[in-house]
Amino acid sequence: MQAGKPILYSYFRSSCSWRVRIALALKSIDYETVPINLIKDGGQQFSEEFQALNPMQQVPALKIDGITIGQSLAIIEYLEETRPTPRLLPQDPKRRAQVRVISDVIASGIQPLQNLSVLKQVGQENQLTWAQKVIHSGFNALEQILRSTAGKYCVGDEVSMADLCLVPQVANAERFKVDLTPYPTISRINKTLLALEAFQVSHPCRQPDTPPELRA
Amino acid sequence: MQQVPALKIDGITIGQSLAIIEYLEETRPTPRLLPQDPKRRAQVRVISDVIASGIQPLQNLSVLKQVGQENQLTWAQKVIHSGFNALEQILRSTAGKYCVGDEVSMADLCLVPQVANAERFKVDLTPYPTISRINKTLLALEAFQVSHPCRQPDTPPELRA
Repeated sequence: MQAGKPILYSYFRSSCSWRVRIALALKSIDYETVPINLIKDGGQQFSEEFQALNPMQQVPALKIDGITIGQSLAIIEYLEETRPTPRLLPQDPKRRAQVRVISDVIASGIQPLQNLSVLKQVGQENQLTWAQKVIHSGFNALEQILRSTAGKYCVGDEVSMADLCLVPQVANAERFKVDLTPYPTISRINKTLLALEAFQVSHPCRQPDTPPELRA
Repeated sequence: MQQVPALKIDGITIGQSLAIIEYLEETRPTPRLLPQDPKRRAQVRVISDVIASGIQPLQNLSVLKQVGQENQLTWAQKVIHSGFNALEQILRSTAGKYCVGDEVSMADLCLVPQVANAERFKVDLTPYPTISRINKTLLALEAFQVSHPCRQPDTPPELRA
């Protein structure tokens, strides 16, 4: 293990960064934040310096144990394998599959289609409609999946990687004014999770780079 | 999700290709599709996620439909170039014979089909020599041949190998 705290490259409002912040909080891993503002200066993620660190030019990226990892789920799985307590994936392979399915539905099926770079290409007048369509589509599927997997949380009664993906995606939905009435299971689980400390300390409104007007 | 693939196995049905592959890896662990070392496993997952979250969803059928027919090719090419630029850079530090070192991994399973997508969208692969080399090496392996789109039960006659 390398000496020195892990460094998280994060943007307060990035839902993908929030997933990792929750994981770090749940596992009580102390870390330093280097804020990367996705909008200022044309997008700080495009700097040469950051590109060398993460070729995808995206947040989050985590510098830990002498390596730098991009892609939020790859980061979370690495944390799970190297700091296994408390668990973020169940022990049983079928339940682990359920956790990964829900995580992938969000991380591959919804979020990338409504992230900043895609919205830029869609054009300003179309952005809201596009994002709402994408989220509705994904949440329709997710609501159905959760009806058979959920207990207190997304999969049974233990917080898992799926829950880390859900809460930030619901926040995105709210930002795009998506009506959540058709998704009672998603709403219930989201509410339960937001009451947990790890989801609160990692919240976009409490980050080092949160603008003053949005601070909790 | 109304998408393929979905695998019905051991009494359950799993969607999402990487979730399926991780389940197969955990229940049928030989031969391995993920290295033993956590740092190399992370590299495999990063590459897989770059493709499975960062490229493919942005150029899949349902997104292309929304983009509109006259924009589709440009959109798909842009998305793939963007992702392949990053991937080429990543692979330069992780690749051996294959994406991560010298063992076939989940990353390789993601690479080959994405290169096929790139070719279908007429993406020029000259800027991506590492991607091209690894793709070529993998396509010579039996598993990549028997699973090829041109050899499936539903391959249209005019595209059959």
